[in-house]
Amino acid sequence: MVIEPLDRKLLRDLWRLRSQALAIALIVASGVAVLVMSLSAMQALSDSSRAYYERYRFADVFATLKRAPLSTARNIEAIEGVQLVAPRVMQMAILDMADVREPVLGQLVSLPEEGDPVLNGLALSAGRMPDPLYPFEVVVGEPFAEAHGLVPGSRFAALMNGRRQVLEVAGIGLSPEFIYAIGPGALMPDPEHFGVIWLRRPALAAAYDLEGAFNSISLSLFPGYAAADVLPALDAQLARYGGIDAHGRENQVSHWFLTNEIEQLRTMAQILPAIFLGVAAFLTNMVLARLVFMERSEIGLLKAFGYGNASVIWHYAKLVLVLSSGGLLIGWAAGFWLGYWLTTVYGQMFRFPALVFAPAPGIYLLSMAVSLGASLIGVISAARYAGSLPPAEAMRPPAPPTFRHRGWLPGGLLGWFDQPTRIIFRQVFRKPLRSLFTSLGLAASVALLVVSMQWMDVLDYMIDQFFVDQQRQDITIGFVEAKPMRVMRDVAGLPGVMAVEPMRAAAARFEAGHRSRREGLIGLPADSGLTVLRDQSGERVRVPADGLLLSDMLAKVLRVEVGDHVRVQILEGRRRLLELPVAGVFETSIGMSAYMDLEALNRALGEVDTVNQLQLVIDSDLQHELFAQLHQLASIGAVTRKSAATDMFDETIGEMMLVMVFFYLAFACTMAFGMVYNNMRIALSERGRELATLRVLGFSPGEISYMLFGESALLVLVALPLGCIGGWGLAMLMAASFETELFRVPVVISPSSYGWSVLIALLAAVPSVVLVQRRLSRLDLIAVLKTRE
Amino acid sequence: MSGIPTLSGRQLTKVYQTGTVEIQALRGVDVTLFEGELVVLVGASGSGKSTLLNILGGLDRPTTGEVLFRGAPLGSTEAAITRFRRDHVGFVFQFYNLIASLTVEENVALVTEIARNPLSPRDALALVGLQDRLRAFPSELSGGEQQRVAIARAIAKQPDILLCDEPTGALDSVTGVRVLKAIEQVNRELGTTTALITHNRSIEGMADRVLRFADGRIEAVVSNPARVPPESLEW
Repeated sequence: MVIEPLDRKLLRDLWRLRSQALAIALIVASGVAVLVMSLSAMQALSDSSRAYYERYRFADVFATLKRAPLSTARNIEAIEGVQLVAPRVMQMAILDMADVREPVLGQLVSLPEEGDPVLNGLALSAGRMPDPLYPFEVVVGEPFAEAHGLVPGSRFAALMNGRRQVLEVAGIGLSPEFIYAIGPGALMPDPEHFGVIWLRRPALAAAYDLEGAFNSISLSLFPGYAAADVLPALDAQLARYGGIDAHGRENQVSHWFLTNEIEQLRTMAQILPAIFLGVAAFLTNMVLARLVFMERSEIGLLKAFGYGNASVIWHYAKLVLVLSSGGLLIGWAAGFWLGYWLTTVYGQMFRFPALVFAPAPGIYLLSMAVSLGASLIGVISAARYAGSLPPAEAMRPPAPPTFRHRGWLPGGLLGWFDQPTRIIFRQVFRKPLRSLFTSLGLAASVALLVVSMQWMDVLDYMIDQFFVDQQRQDITIGFVEAKPMRVMRDVAGLPGVMAVEPMRAAAARFEAGHRSRREGLIGLPADSGLTVLRDQSGERVRVPADGLLLSDMLAKVLRVEVGDHVRVQILEGRRRLLELPVAGVFETSIGMSAYMDLEALNRALGEVDTVNQLQLVIDSDLQHELFAQLHQLASIGAVTRKSAATDMFDETIGEMMLVMVFFYLAFACTMAFGMVYNNMRIALSERGRELATLRVLGFSPGEISYMLFGESALLVLVALPLGCIGGWGLAMLMAASFETELFRVPVVISPSSYGWSVLIALLAAVPSVVLVQRRLSRLDLIAVLKTRE
Repeated sequence: MSGIPTLSGRQLTKVYQTGTVEIQALRGVDVTLFEGELVVLVGASGSGKSTLLNILGGLDRPTTGEVLFRGAPLGSTEAAITRFRRDHVGFVFQFYNLIASLTVEENVALVTEIARNPLSPRDALALVGLQDRLRAFPSELSGGEQQRVAIARAIAKQPDILLCDEPTGALDSVTGVRVLKAIEQVNRELGTTTALITHNRSIEGMADRVLRFADGRIEAVVSNPARVPPESLEW
């Protein structure tokens, strides 16, 4: 193959600029890697879930109710738009697992008397469906089976409506309904303490006195119908059966978490690559502008020989394309690998029968278009300059760069400084845009550092806020039915119980004007010591003696303020309709619950001193005895151990975050290094002659280093606070885009995160200083001085 | 001509290695510059005159031989040589090498700030006739003006030695003469030992002595009985 002379020049130019080119290529690679990682993980989640939903008939609408005769299901089937109806029984049970001493919660789900479920099918990974002839054969969720080492044939006991029943594992499987399988109130899957168990309908219905009836129903819709089309009719059908909370997929817990994760990946794919590629474009522009300037005479010569403008511009464009293609390839490889890793991590949280990681060619094409496009934007101004040089002009040496006295930079002010310092200032202000963008690029890397560091802060803060400060109980006991207050005395007498506090939670529909929302209404004792509500500034919020205390998110949804009235339709028991004043609104990061004074709530519900949850502080030494006795209490529907939640939180999210933080650190450092290194190299190239002159005039190597690095140091100095502010802004932006109705990521940045970010950015600049200092010390005084630039 | 030796080189040789080729730039040169004299170095390109000037000024090191300043050898450390340049030597180059980001006055002040016994930048600039352009930047000056700033910058620290490498090489003759006048004036009024490289043989007349270079050696030394004032030079 014959390489054209110009292409040879291109290869040699690249080789000469290799370190600068590599720095830029790595920044391109970082941007591409984040893009490919986010998009490919996103694709894996959304494609896998779509296929899973379709193949296993994930329902479109879900509702729970108290108890309705099976005949109701036929009426529901007649609602316009409804395709299939799957009535079933769902109950919580306490499981007795031999390998875990604390109580384990099981979500029991009924299967039809025979055959497969019409909707929400099971993907069996081992064993078979339960035999209709053996009522206590079950299918257990795969994560739960893995956590407890269950295989077909294993047995364990469940406390079903107070009766202990041994269940035998027939199969192990997954359902599209429980891709993200979390226990009540939990944020993270915890397969050791929560599992889903499917068994044939007769046994489950019998255990809970629901023969011939159902308490949960899911529907699929005909194409062209949305959940909203059938919900009113469904509500009407279920209202008298204690129907609460009919909702479409968007509010189905597992689907909600999955969609959220996909949305977060989308946000990540939009924000971060833009920053990296923007910086890469700027650096490309800076390096190329310098190259073209130094090659003026070559360009003139080429033109004199008859090369047209287009071929000159194409020559430089090719150089940039080769450079960014290098970055693109690295980014593809890193992005593929990171995407695969991220998908694997997701695979532990979101359980699919097959989580397929097969990034579409479109992802690679998109990242190619975006990264090469950004680089070519960086080419424009330099290429335009090269194209506009007339041959003769190009071969003349350049005039000395023009400096001007600046009105706004008074001589008096500069007069305070010695000449070397004036040189630094004038260099910075001579090309204000370049200086500005250099500082902004550096600030972007500091901002990225701040953002990646603050994830840890947020995690710490959230654990501290929710699990240490606001929820002071060790375990929460939930009762199947509301109980008289005296149950507190019984529980207080159990071994190891040090403190008990009552709570009353009820499902309710809040309405204001035409806006309505289903949420939990929680009654707390006047001076609750175990549940402490705080607003975002950390101030304790007291539950008012009368009226509602709303989270600001719920207040926003309902568009109500303190003093307004809200209609509260209680969705259980006697289904009271209350008209309650809003007595307080507080900002919180999690949940949309509404709170009331416990006594006031009881009064409103027409009950006397009832509770359905107890918060316990326990002596951890006696917890095994306590758990053993709790197992015996028939009326207990759920026992949630706080430490299980925090451990899970720490393990799963913490581990994932550490890896992510590591990569973002690496990306941000690459960017900081690339920025500083290119800035210094270009400064050295532009000012080598000047620095050599200064050496000749008797300035020491240290003094000229000051003049060279001073410029970069000044830009870094400006960048650091900008980066900290930018980091805060970026964290706010990401938090805002991650915000959901259930969950608001607080922006918490500890001073040490700022400190570390600044320090790491400075450290990333050190190799640049060392590399450039080496070149500076090799400055050939004579050669530089004897020639024109 | 005799007098107090300011700067001398003893048996200086310089070998450059470029790739596999060795270039003998100096082949054993003995030279002495006496206090207050103006020496012109002439010779073909590559004859060794610039190499000698660079070695004498501490910009380059000889392969063998030594440089003595007032009888004492120049130090061998980078710091000592930097110190020597800073305190005793002024340089003027063909391409001026002004700092583009500093004004005329600041270019001179750059040197006076680090010198032991400098002239004020204004006095130094007055000496070369540029007292009215103090606030101009190099990009606002003609070539001749830039070179005169370079001379003012070189002499502002009142150096013991002024080394000029082709100071008029890039200038037309009228401007060149103005520059030479400035150099001659400094030499005369401040008594600065001056060595000046030129390709232009008509400049020889202004020197006390002329050193003719050929092939890395001083081929001949010519003492002028009287110095011709620069304004009488023509080329």
